[in-house]
Amino acid sequence: MIPVCRLADLPRGEAFRFENIPPIAVFHTDAGEVYAIDDTCTHQDASLSDGWLEGCEVECPLHASKFDLRTGRVDAPPAKLPVRAHQVVVEDGMIYVQLSQDAPNLPPCVAHRLAGEGAA
Amino acid sequence: MRTVAIVGASLAGLSAARALRSQGYDGRLVILGEEAHRPYDRPPLSKEFLAGEMPESALALETDDEALDAHWMLGARAVGLDRSDRAIRLSDGGTVRADGVVVATGAAARTLPAGGGLAGVHVLRTLDDARALREDLARGGTLVVVGGGFIGAEVASTARALGLEVTVVSATPTPLAGPLGPGMSGLVSTLHADHGVRLLCGTGVRGLSGGDRVEAVLLEDGRRLAADTVVVGVGARPCVEWLEGSGVALEDGVRCDAGGGTSVPGVVAVGDCAAWYDPAVGAHRRVEHWTGALERAAAAVTTLLSGGASAPEPVRAPYFWSDQYGVRLQFAGYSAEADRVTIEEGAADDRSFLAVSWRADRPVAVLGVNRARPFMRWRRRLATEAVQRAGSF
Repeated sequence: MIPVCRLADLPRGEAFRFENIPPIAVFHTDAGEVYAIDDTCTHQDASLSDGWLEGCEVECPLHASKFDLRTGRVDAPPAKLPVRAHQVVVEDGMIYVQLSQDAPNLPPCVAHRLAGEGAA
Repeated sequence: MRTVAIVGASLAGLSAARALRSQGYDGRLVILGEEAHRPYDRPPLSKEFLAGEMPESALALETDDEALDAHWMLGARAVGLDRSDRAIRLSDGGTVRADGVVVATGAAARTLPAGGGLAGVHVLRTLDDARALREDLARGGTLVVVGGGFIGAEVASTARALGLEVTVVSATPTPLAGPLGPGMSGLVSTLHADHGVRLLCGTGVRGLSGGDRVEAVLLEDGRRLAADTVVVGVGARPCVEWLEGSGVALEDGVRCDAGGGTSVPGVVAVGDCAAWYDPAVGAHRRVEHWTGALERAAAAVTTLLSGGASAPEPVRAPYFWSDQYGVRLQFAGYSAEADRVTIEEGAADDRSFLAVSWRADRPVAVLGVNRARPFMRWRRRLATEAVQRAGSF
């Protein structure tokens, strides 16, 4: 489990980008739920924590793809592949994330860059 | 309605097909595409794909499990429309009859009046264009970009990163003055020089010179720019010649109401070829943006299926983005209406800021440079205010 941030530092309706490879987006919904998904849109390089949170759905700030925070499923194109959803535990006011063991669906340009950094 | 034909197999056409199925249309669906390719994403053609960082397979717009139940006719060019029975005539002599027609034939790159036929001279619109340009950029040397628009800026950025010597020639005093307006375009014009790209503004191009292959670009002010490769990025014209004489009203594209309906019942139009009436500005506007092709398709399909009876949902203000020199530009709204520009966050010199164009006390456009989060908030604000204004008429 990775400690990400304190719940008190993440107001409802806000998102937090946790630097990781790849980065993780943690959302605190208006209903009070906390969810974590991969931060990078699967379509092109954009940060979902910069997107628009509505209910249990986030809209990508670049091309308006929508993802379900609970499952990572694509709710609206142009994205074709889901983001990974990560397990969240809140304990003693701290948000912890258990990273999914699945391979992330990164957009081609980001995957290319990470591959280049890995080789360097 | 038993058969709907969509003419055009790019983003607008595909989005219309998806909208037809999601809005419950279960009849026959025919999709005609002039290009031989299934729908693909064009924005990466000037960026990741051109740079060789993205494989062709990643450009596909359809998902693997897409169930549109459509009959695809690719490599089929429409040459005419008979309004009486909504029959689409094809260049190979064939005909497709339909009860409803979605016109989504897009736009084609404009070219220079002179200098056609020289090797090494490119436009960039299609996948085939991008393949050819990529081959020429791999030769290295000197690239001259004619045109100060987004395509030109993105190609310049990509070519510079590939190691070419690059010059951008813009007829306007600052590049991007058309889409961003003069106030905002000045804020981003320094990006070229920051990255070692030469920018020549306020001069037109007289012609191109060379033997079989281009050797130089000749400017109206008398200068001669040596060039191994030339990219002409001087805008696009709507592909609507095939509708001339059909009765579908044309005026800088297909003239549409606020829901995509044309002057002919049973025919709607969407995407780069369509000039929709925009209540926010009280005029017809042809919007050549990716998001317009995506978002307006659903509205056009609603119009088609309801026979024009349903009131169209207000569409969001034009939005586009551009990635160049490692910087992300996002723009929404109507810069032509503005009388002043303010910087709301950051500083232009830092290449990270958010600027707002105003008309009196009303925001009419927003430009974000590496400011995705506040940009999103401002874009929503523009949309909300537009809806309120539309409701007050």
